[in-house]
Amino acid sequence: MGQEKLVEIKNLKQHFKLGRNNVVKAVDGLTFDIYKGETFGLVGESGCGKSTTGRSIIRLYNSTDGEVLFKGENVQGKKNKSELKKFNRQMQMIFQDPYSSLNPRMTVMDIIAEGIDIHGLAKNAEERKAKVYELLETVGLNKEHANRYPHEFSGGQRQRLGIARALAVDPEFIIADEPISALDVSIQAQVVNLMKQLQKEKGLTYLFIAHDLSMVKYISDRIGVMYFGKLVELADADELYKNPVHPYTRSLLSAIPLPDPIYERNRNRIVYDPSQHDTSEEPEFREISPKHWVLCTSKEFEAYKKEQQNSITN
Amino acid sequence: MKKDNILEVDNLKVSFKTHSGEVQAVRGVSFDLKKGETLAIVGESGSGKSVTTKALMGLLPKPHGYIKEGSIMFDDKDITKLKDKNMQSIRGKELAMIFQDPMTSLNPTMKVGKQIMEGLLKHQKLGKEEAKKKAIELMNLVQIPNPEARMKQYPHQFSGGMRQRVVIAMALACNPRILIADEPTTALDVTIQAQILELMKDIQKKVETSIIFITHDLGVVANVADRVAVMYAGKIVEIGTVDEVFYNPKHPYTWGLLGSMPTLESDEEELFAIPGTPPDLIAPPKGDAFAARNKFALEIDFVEEPPMFKVSDTHYAATWLLHEDAPKIEPPESVKKRIESMDHSEEAKR
Repeated sequence: MGQEKLVEIKNLKQHFKLGRNNVVKAVDGLTFDIYKGETFGLVGESGCGKSTTGRSIIRLYNSTDGEVLFKGENVQGKKNKSELKKFNRQMQMIFQDPYSSLNPRMTVMDIIAEGIDIHGLAKNAEERKAKVYELLETVGLNKEHANRYPHEFSGGQRQRLGIARALAVDPEFIIADEPISALDVSIQAQVVNLMKQLQKEKGLTYLFIAHDLSMVKYISDRIGVMYFGKLVELADADELYKNPVHPYTRSLLSAIPLPDPIYERNRNRIVYDPSQHDTSEEPEFREISPKHWVLCTSKEFEAYKKEQQNSITN
Repeated sequence: MKKDNILEVDNLKVSFKTHSGEVQAVRGVSFDLKKGETLAIVGESGSGKSVTTKALMGLLPKPHGYIKEGSIMFDDKDITKLKDKNMQSIRGKELAMIFQDPMTSLNPTMKVGKQIMEGLLKHQKLGKEEAKKKAIELMNLVQIPNPEARMKQYPHQFSGGMRQRVVIAMALACNPRILIADEPTTALDVTIQAQILELMKDIQKKVETSIIFITHDLGVVANVADRVAVMYAGKIVEIGTVDEVFYNPKHPYTWGLLGSMPTLESDEEELFAIPGTPPDLIAPPKGDAFAARNKFALEIDFVEEPPMFKVSDTHYAATWLLHEDAPKIEPPESVKKRIESMDHSEEAKR
């Protein structure tokens, strides 16, 4: 994996005003980079701001503060039409619900070709058709599907259509917001395999947002854990699962049910208690070991570090 | 009925009439439920697991959903033959149900306490004061803090996890002998899911009900179940104790389900996905319904349906691979590896 930064998120904030004196800080000062060609997993419980983060990055929301750099250029802020078009071509999104994210009144051909039309990627109708056919085949569907409507497809097939639509404009970066949580287990594996294969073939970069931790571990190179709008831990996928440091990450990992009855019988769940942190000092994001970042105060930092060293020497 | 069985389902067939024809949602399901045990039914959407439980509860949408054949024995009575009125005296009292989505299974315009008391007033003929006391007791049982105040609140004032606790309290109100939980934790976050599962196991120990647990999450099954039934296309394809089904799976569909979940240790390049989609139950395929998606399918799978083969006294699977003349086929590598890795974890704990 090259360490070239594709997306840099700097102090991103997304606050929603719910009325006077009532502001929801859905995303509150998020900073991380996504490298070219990697899959960055973002996990957390519902309401922690992970989807909002994805939507802010792709400008579905106008961020309150902070910036998102895509190849060094700011995505946020005022843009004219042609600039917007340029970004929209490079960044695409796959949505969670394959039922509500496809227009029921459009044929598959038109759904997939919408991006091609907007960006003028096909010279004539013949080429447009050829492109759609090719995309359908790429995602494991076939030509005959092009003239059908979304309701004629199953959930897994619809998600494939969503992927084909995202791929239509040759993006470099795809934000996948819980792309598999609405699907059955056996279909989930199909879609994940497809996403992995496409990444290899096209050198795509993914931001994979999910709450299913075992799937995230499987697909991601690096993982960020979110809690109440903040990133609490960030590390390589293996490192995060082997040496979780932040108590919230630990509690989240200990809650994953595994298909192993004996393990489940002996399971020790760790309960996260946010009051265990020292609130007199504002916690900061610190690097505890190479490429492993944790949100902590300076005191906690020392304690975590010691713990980390002990676990390595043992 | 056998002595320690509380429920016996025999050759249950449920169909739905639709414009395009008869959908055979459940196509001959047989199982029994023992006193105090938890039986998990797993399968994909459309496999008939929810329809089976709806039939048990007498909640099939009339008139287009109906029981075509088979019997459900409860208390030495075949409850498929009961009249609506008699069924009403059992439903909610002897058989209670927890639904998937706690937002839609609670009445948004009714205070939570009143909803819990409803069953108590109707089935147990308690007075208002008594019912109130019992409701507070129940809320304590499901660990809702500050029950006196919470009783007077509406569902929207509860979080998802708390709402599901209310639903569980309602289900437990009349000390049901069988509790049917239809994906009770699917809508919840992992940490909340873990809490609810712990709570349900705790309560089961205290009140000694039997539980039928419907889910598609094998992790949850491993956590709660004593026995597991795997359903596919309206039939049970494998049934056994949790250990048997997870450590010695026999049916290729079970292999597929296990293989399509990544383990936390695994770093295989590709997941063992089941290709294709489940069959259309308006015209179920001839032979084994899973054959078309099964790379281990034998020729006979496309012609004749496999019967249940016995693996052990408690473990049965419907696949021709278990026939004595069948070629010896091992589970796919990834599934074998997974099972081996689980065995190691077992040794480490000892």
